[in-house]
Amino acid sequence: MISLNVNGERRKVDAAPDMPLLWVLRDHLGLNDIRFGCGQSLCGACTVLVDGAPMRACSTPVGEVAGRKITTQQGLDGPVGKALKAAWIELDVAQCGYCQGGQLLSAAALLRQTPRPSDADIDTAMTGNLCRCGTYGRIRAAIHLAARRLGGAS
Amino acid sequence: MNRMIREAANLDRRDFFKVCAAAGLALAAGSASAAEAGDFVANAFVTIAPDGKVTVTVKHLEMGQGVATGLPVLVAEELEVDPAAIRVDYAPADAKRYNNVFWGPMQGTGGSTATANSWEQLRKAGAAAREMLMEACARRLKVDRSGLMAVNGEVVHWSSGRRLAYGELVAEAARLTPPADPPLKPVAEFRLIGRPGVRRTDGRAKAEGSVVFGSDIRLPGMVTALVARPAVFGATLKTVDRRSALSIAGVTAVVPISSGVAVVANDFWAAQRGRAALKLDWTLPEQRPSTEDLRRDWTALLATPGLSARSQGEGDSALGKAAKRLSAVYETPYLAHAPMEPLNCVVRLGRDLCEIWTGCQFQTHDQAMAAKAAGLTPALVVIHTLPAGGSFGRRANPASDYIVEAVEVAKAVGAPVRLIWTREDDIRGGYYRPMTLHGFEGGLDAAGQPLAWRHRVCCQSIMEGGPFAGMIKDGIDPVSVEGAANLPYAIPNLQVELHSPRNPVPVLWWRSVGSSHTAFATECFLDEMAHAGGQDPLALRRALLAAHPRHRAVLDLAAAKAGWGEPMAPGRGRGLAVHESFHSFVAQVAEVTVAADGRFTVDRVVCAVDCGIAVTPDVVKAQMEGGIAFGLSAALFGEITIKDGAAEQSNFHDYRCLRISEMPRVEVHIVPSTATPTGVGEPGVPPIAPAVANALFAASGKRARKLPLGEKI
Repeated sequence: MISLNVNGERRKVDAAPDMPLLWVLRDHLGLNDIRFGCGQSLCGACTVLVDGAPMRACSTPVGEVAGRKITTQQGLDGPVGKALKAAWIELDVAQCGYCQGGQLLSAAALLRQTPRPSDADIDTAMTGNLCRCGTYGRIRAAIHLAARRLGGAS
Repeated sequence: MNRMIREAANLDRRDFFKVCAAAGLALAAGSASAAEAGDFVANAFVTIAPDGKVTVTVKHLEMGQGVATGLPVLVAEELEVDPAAIRVDYAPADAKRYNNVFWGPMQGTGGSTATANSWEQLRKAGAAAREMLMEACARRLKVDRSGLMAVNGEVVHWSSGRRLAYGELVAEAARLTPPADPPLKPVAEFRLIGRPGVRRTDGRAKAEGSVVFGSDIRLPGMVTALVARPAVFGATLKTVDRRSALSIAGVTAVVPISSGVAVVANDFWAAQRGRAALKLDWTLPEQRPSTEDLRRDWTALLATPGLSARSQGEGDSALGKAAKRLSAVYETPYLAHAPMEPLNCVVRLGRDLCEIWTGCQFQTHDQAMAAKAAGLTPALVVIHTLPAGGSFGRRANPASDYIVEAVEVAKAVGAPVRLIWTREDDIRGGYYRPMTLHGFEGGLDAAGQPLAWRHRVCCQSIMEGGPFAGMIKDGIDPVSVEGAANLPYAIPNLQVELHSPRNPVPVLWWRSVGSSHTAFATECFLDEMAHAGGQDPLALRRALLAAHPRHRAVLDLAAAKAGWGEPMAPGRGRGLAVHESFHSFVAQVAEVTVAADGRFTVDRVVCAVDCGIAVTPDVVKAQMEGGIAFGLSAALFGEITIKDGAAEQSNFHDYRCLRISEMPRVEVHIVPSTATPTGVGEPGVPPIAPAVANALFAASGKRARKLPLGEKI
């Protein structure tokens, strides 16, 4: 049994330690807000925060994250998470929406480190998160909007 | 009968009604929607609950393009309700009630038709409901109908100030006969359509992570299946050794199906490892093309006349009279759609019922194909259409490939099945945008005006051999030459020809279909003609578009907003392109910077669109932004190459897609219009590749004629 901390809840799973976290969360714990996109850490759809840092759950063996704090899209909370989600809604960022959880989690990690990011900071932090609908312009705008709302120093 | 189906399917009440609707079963309530008792089911699209909650049934697939927002707005405009308060329900597969009005008795989403074909239908649906509620109110208050107005979910009697909320009127309204032809507002009275401020109905769920895609459906006892398919297109299974796969913990079955071998397991992880452990032997087809062979063979074809798709004036015989001639060959590669959500489908197959949960674009066709695979009649196949994580045409598949696979596995294993394609399956699985070659001969008169234009298209037919083959006329697949045969420019002698070579690589519509390659070829070659004739590319286009005011208007708007003609620094350049597709008109001006070593960036794109009335302007803008990103992704990087009959790419590392750091600044301007709305899902795509290629020429003097452009010019 592996003990996980997912969105603040303790969860025990009976899974091999080399099973990817993505499939443990989806198939064993029934979470939907973490997405399978490529299976190779190439697209970022499966991004989760592990102790606040973005990680690709498709390529993270579950055994490596036992006991560590895992955050998914629905668990993204606090001032940064709330501001980002509000900005996302206000600017209608999402189209199909499939990649947006990963986008939001990467954006949250960015804002926690860099409260007032430049476009270049955003591009660097978000370049691992593909969006085939092409919402990139709105992602940039929403991150800036959230940063302004949060009053981050530039 | 009803109870039997309900029990067999173990459905809740709402699902049960959907089953009955799909099965065409009569219901005592007289309604076959997902309505609860007491609801006012005004028609197939509008349901109002006693608490006033309005549900709009969306017959199209929401795949990001915003139908779940734009279509309810059409209803809300006439029903006089707040679109933000509308609940969206996705229609069950039902060709009769939920057909695409443009396509006949077939439910489906594609060709950028969702808004256009619903334009009158949904406003009428909203207006009919409103009229019934007003009539119910008149009867209740015993007042004349003419003294009533519908305002924000209520019917108001102006003279007395009395008002009744819609919810209070549902019982009476439900007993009334729907009006055959309810009056519609004139355009000038629209308060929602065309106005800014309408938010996406699915924006919150998608930001918060609560939206449910097909891949999220979990049924009791459900197993997961992955299919091993041959890498070589057209190969067939010779032998399969199942033992190593079955030895993987969690793998429960290995079953050959028509497309390959399915590995069935308790979860994805086990299925994936099981599939990797399979030992398979395939019988390879004789014809195993490679991109190089196709290029060689098709280049030779371009030297010969094709079937005529258009001929005017003296055709290409006028080339001999030209003062100056130029020729060029353009090439575009095969492209995978690569939606972020890989294909998937959940199937529960009973003796008398096949239930499907998926995001699909061709519900009626998919229903028929699933029925065939299940051995049932189509009426006993229920499709629960769920939002798709992108599609771009991939889920509009005449073979219903991923759906048929799931039904076949469900039939073989006798349990509910979730079938998933991996990204590798997606990239290598075919149904690509065709690889194309375009051969041009152009002639200019002594003044530098285009005199003759001969365009030979070489493109594998998408429609041949499929359910749409009837649309092929005189050997011309219309989607191979769309955007080429209807070239809008006033060139006196014009000839467009088509070669349709056969090839085992399966091809399909890919966002903007034929225009995805014809716009690149025609708009670049016209640019070549302009430069050869010493003319400004904008001025020449304007001159040749005198009879096409909508083309001209978007061109002028984009050019003005982009500052066309203003000086640029050395190494920078502007390029433009204009293209009509799906009855919408889009012009784009791209700005690029080319470094000394040829590396370049696309910095800015200014886009103008005329799509008739822009029902939800922000969604229109989003579709242009998204279309530009999608088209730019292909223009810069997208390429599937074939070697010995198989695709060489497999995932996002070698099938590169645009990343945020490569996304230019995009500005979208909408031409004000009172014309009937046309499509926006696709028309943003075609102009970007030629606009960028033309900008690269302006910046560097080098003409790129082959996509993808790569990182260097």
